[in-house]
Amino acid sequence: MTEKVKVRIDGEVIAATPGQTILEVARANNKYIPALCYMEGLSAVGACRLCMVEVSGVARLLPACTTPVQEGLAVTTSSPHLQSYRKIALELLFAERNHVCAVCVSSGHCELQALAQDHGITHIRYPYNYPRLTVDTTHPRFVLDHNRCVLCSRCVRTCAEIEGAHVWDIAGRGIHSRLVSELQRPWGEATTCTSCGKCVQACPTGAMAEKGWGVEEMTKQPAVLSRLTSMREGR
Amino acid sequence: MDKRKIGTCWLDGCSGCHMSLLDMDEGIVAVLKKADIVFGPLVDAQEWPEGVDVAVIEGAVSSQDDLKLAQTARARSHVVVALGDCAVTGNVPSMRNGIPTRKLLERVYVEGATERPGVPTDGVPALLKRAEPLQAAIKVDVHVPGCPPKPDAILFVLSELLEGREPDLDSKLRFG
Repeated sequence: MTEKVKVRIDGEVIAATPGQTILEVARANNKYIPALCYMEGLSAVGACRLCMVEVSGVARLLPACTTPVQEGLAVTTSSPHLQSYRKIALELLFAERNHVCAVCVSSGHCELQALAQDHGITHIRYPYNYPRLTVDTTHPRFVLDHNRCVLCSRCVRTCAEIEGAHVWDIAGRGIHSRLVSELQRPWGEATTCTSCGKCVQACPTGAMAEKGWGVEEMTKQPAVLSRLTSMREGR
Repeated sequence: MDKRKIGTCWLDGCSGCHMSLLDMDEGIVAVLKKADIVFGPLVDAQEWPEGVDVAVIEGAVSSQDDLKLAQTARARSHVVVALGDCAVTGNVPSMRNGIPTRKLLERVYVEGATERPGVPTDGVPALLKRAEPLQAAIKVDVHVPGCPPKPDAILFVLSELLEGREPDLDSKLRFG
């Protein structure tokens, strides 16, 4: 058995396994840290910046999902300072693309929408970007709406790490980044896509959905994907 | 105490928020005991009156007329409430914002018309380049998201404002 390290999360001393991240330790001990791009069972990329935490002795904020624990680490998961930064990160996600909850299949089941509500966001303080984005309906069963994509890359990692097909990638840089299937080929023409639909289940917003659902009708089970990974562990 | 004054209007919206406002059932009686509705779709007044306590505005700012009405309401009201997702985020009306206005109108009124094609100009206000949330045009004091916001939420906001308190909407409402 590996030696445990002692860390402090919001004052409470917790024994953690070396190699675990702050987020993993926090979640295992029922301490809530918001996150959007993190999904249990996938590699962590630190893309959404919602899990930023304060670590004593470190002047800058650190992402809980990619920071490994070490002996004596003291973490603060919630403070007015962190709340204000998380709100900014969420509001910028809303301002970047066209998130119209009123006409979205995932409204009511959307992680972005729920996080905004949890953080008491009643309006976006920044000017909207209103980019003109496409909707890929070429796949017979699924649809990809770039207007609702937050570039969390959960679909990319799910496809590469769980399904093993690696259909998805993110192309471009900064504000021009776009999710692409098979090097810019329309989803319906992607020869490596197995049509398993795991990416759809992993997507936290309505960006990926099954065809045929109306507003508020699309529910997803990302936890099933996490379970797949845990069942494969050690094989 | 003198009765307070409420003004309401809808800009680029579907009137659903006003339906929700009416849907507060007997709550509206409680509101009307404290205030008169002096301007709105159900009121005869032709012009937004001076000295309004609470302005409740539904819809995005989409046309010259919307902008003028929003500015008048702001100038003549003490508190401005953005009611519903269109006023708060731009919502559905803002989905046209990626398309140039002329192309949009031609697509609908020329390409999409089966009879008398042509972009209407008489008696309709010119569209603005974008349908924007209310706060892009005027200062907004209270944002009430929802499509539409629940009647209870509207009643809560109005009751608090009429009592002179700032409504604390923290985590009570969501977009959509």
